[in-house]
Amino acid sequence: MSTMTSTGTKTTQVFRVYIKASPQAVWDAITKREWTERYGYGGGPDHDLDKTGPYRLLTSEKMKADSIAIGYTPPEVAVDGEVLEADEPHKLVLTWRMVMDDNLASEGFTRLTYEIDELPIGVTKLTVVHELEGAPQLALLVAGEWEAKGAGGGWSWVLSGLKTLLETGNEMTHSF
Amino acid sequence: MTCDLLVTYPEVVADDDDRVFKALADPTRRSLLDRLFVDDGLTLTQLESVLEMTRFGVMKHLRVLEDAGLVVTRRSGREKLHFLNPVPIRLVHDRWIDKYTERRVSALVDLKLQLEKETGA
Repeated sequence: MSTMTSTGTKTTQVFRVYIKASPQAVWDAITKREWTERYGYGGGPDHDLDKTGPYRLLTSEKMKADSIAIGYTPPEVAVDGEVLEADEPHKLVLTWRMVMDDNLASEGFTRLTYEIDELPIGVTKLTVVHELEGAPQLALLVAGEWEAKGAGGGWSWVLSGLKTLLETGNEMTHSF
Repeated sequence: MTCDLLVTYPEVVADDDDRVFKALADPTRRSLLDRLFVDDGLTLTQLESVLEMTRFGVMKHLRVLEDAGLVVTRRSGREKLHFLNPVPIRLVHDRWIDKYTERRVSALVDLKLQLEKETGA
């Protein structure tokens, strides 16, 4: 393995999931707080992400309670950035900076793209592309490599929870 | 992306765990995934260089991985890049090893340790 040269674009991570739901339902689940609170890390945007401009992802009451329980005082804002493109319900492009931790915040803004494609069988294809140039620690977090440390399972875990929620109406029993 | 849509449909269907298990059952395909885990976003030529196999053989294996949703391809200029998609494995994990199962497994481990301590094993 040590002889391998780094020729690819490890700084970009791609995640894809197929969900039995409409593109609009998938869009709502990504952009509206009433949905984002119910899967993955919880919390949600300070306003619906349906037009360009600045946004913040706020921590939820549950996230705060969980964090305090393990002796960590969480900030009000988990992520900040800007909506660069909001083409409902097809494509959402954001700049995205995790600010819950100073080290992660210092890595600066990354670029996150959601692509939503309708397949002609009642299934929606959701592709998440996270461009993580200059953010090696965030790359580990979103790849789920810090899960054992209690940092959640990254995008795979988030998207698995999103799929479960939209297809069954139930939240996954997992917490982190 | 519209091309990609045509290529992908209808090979991948939601909830098709069989394809995932089948794709993972082959050592060559696992080594391709291992390669992408180390260094994501590679071209066919770059992937070919790690295997003692014809280009056609590598393409066949990549096709199985793509059909299972374990590899996602994206165009970058003239190049087609291959990315490891870990979500199908996560879905299998979340379905089979939910919190309840984990707790039961760890209870059994605790019991084993306790019994070993008591018997001095």
